[in-house]
Amino acid sequence: MLKKIFAILVVTMLLIPAYVVGEENSIQIKGSDTMVNLVQAWAEKFMEKNPNLFIAVTGGGSGTGLASLISGTCDIAMSSRNIKEKEISLAKQKGINPYEIKVALDGLAVVVHPKNPVSKLTLNQLAQVFSGEISNWKELDGEDKKIVVLSREVNSGTHVYFKEHVLRKQDPNSKKEFSPDALLLPSSQAIADEVAANEAAIGYYGMGYISPKQKAILVAKDEESEYEAPTVENVNEGKYPISRPLFLYTNGQPQGLVKKFIDYVLSKEGQEVVLEIDFVPIRK
Amino acid sequence: MRKFKEFIIEKIIFLCGFASIIFVILIFLFLLKEGLAVFKIIGPLQFILGKNWYPISDPPQLGILPLILGSLLVTLGAAVISIPIGVACAIYIAEIAPIKIKEILKAGIELLAAIPSVVLGFIGMVTLVPWVKNIFKVPTGLTALSGSIMLAFMAIPTIVSIAEDALYSVPKSYKEGALALGATHWQTIWRVMLPASSSGILAAVMLGIGRVIGETMAVMMITGNAAVIPQSILQPVRTLTATIAAEMGEAVVGSEHYFALFAIGIVLFMISFVINIIAELFLHRKKW
Repeated sequence: MLKKIFAILVVTMLLIPAYVVGEENSIQIKGSDTMVNLVQAWAEKFMEKNPNLFIAVTGGGSGTGLASLISGTCDIAMSSRNIKEKEISLAKQKGINPYEIKVALDGLAVVVHPKNPVSKLTLNQLAQVFSGEISNWKELDGEDKKIVVLSREVNSGTHVYFKEHVLRKQDPNSKKEFSPDALLLPSSQAIADEVAANEAAIGYYGMGYISPKQKAILVAKDEESEYEAPTVENVNEGKYPISRPLFLYTNGQPQGLVKKFIDYVLSKEGQEVVLEIDFVPIRK
Repeated sequence: MRKFKEFIIEKIIFLCGFASIIFVILIFLFLLKEGLAVFKIIGPLQFILGKNWYPISDPPQLGILPLILGSLLVTLGAAVISIPIGVACAIYIAEIAPIKIKEILKAGIELLAAIPSVVLGFIGMVTLVPWVKNIFKVPTGLTALSGSIMLAFMAIPTIVSIAEDALYSVPKSYKEGALALGATHWQTIWRVMLPASSSGILAAVMLGIGRVIGETMAVMMITGNAAVIPQSILQPVRTLTATIAAEMGEAVVGSEHYFALFAIGIVLFMISFVINIIAELFLHRKKW
């Protein structure tokens, strides 16, 4: 019995270095749920071309990704928001140098149930709806129904982006918050499902999630501007007002395997994948 | 050599016996170490009685009153649903059911306990949530009530199995005495069996509640997670557990938010600790 235990211990010890060596052929990528599908698609194509390399992609939210880059448990962090000052200083303390690479653009679609008569809103109206100042569809020329506001959880880059760019209109002194009545749902898919099922709901997500079960609202910057739909062309031309860059963060300038992957992502081929997944390429 | 072996095994078993206590103490110390740091930024009263939870704003607003009330409301709702059903089920199994049905019921209840909470949450999301929305004509079905109903399913197995044990351990002479005095079956159960096993049943209820208040996944999926002080059970609520689970990922290690989540952990730990102590007190009270 004791011999057996000893044998198992020896075998495990022998296996550990083998596992560590294996790590050199693999990249860990973690972060934004919005970007998971996109980066997964890149990783699959990349692995097809380089069968001896392995890339693992996991979600969890932009904050999760950056936190694990800082703690050294992933090689690349996906983020749908810029890294915060606080995170940079924390990373510096741990000897990590976050390096930002812009890899694609994303339009945030604001969606309602297809039966909802409201089909266009200004940024200002959106801010009032999501902060709770407007609480009935009647005030937006819709039916007499309480608005059910859906938002992502606070670990989501989408949540942070929407708050800073729609609610606070990029004003750093603004104190506007999501209405406390807003339902915080754990994923973009959960928002899609609830909007599809609830005629009084309004929510937002990356435009890759738009489907016929939800209606995307046309958005105008202000009352004088044109109302624009969240489409690839409109985001590309800068007409659609709620669009944002998507980033990958590495520790210092990319090197070795990570550089190879980043080069692929930014290549013409890599950017074509962006279009397939319904995001907007940064170059044509 | 044999003595040596004996000695080693004894010590290992001794260690295993104390392991759980050691772990609890270590976990609690870790919680305290990480969680108490938040009180450098915000007073304990402001933390517990604050009405706004905006952890990622600058400066963050860290009031957990809506979260505490959310947890309590969901738990209360689950208790109201699960206690009568659970206790009645235990009475049926222990006193009334024929042996065959009893076996089937017991197996079914064990099976119910074995369903992972994420599965219950998922089922609740697609069936219960639209149902609550249509029946009560509320704007959304993601409400405290949906959470309570789903959590009641999770508490029932605990309540039934412990309450049933308590009913079994009532001495046979009590029952025989009551029946011999001419009491009906129901009178015996209501007037003799239940009072005699009350401490065990109360313990069952407390442990069931303990199970509910710590549950995370299902409530996160179906209660809507809006951090607002609830006015009715048909409103979305955000619970303590769901807050930790949902925000863990974002919290930058060492930030106010991170410490606040650990402080929520302390609050939860205290609540389950108190509930468990009460259950223990009832369970070990001298039987009469």
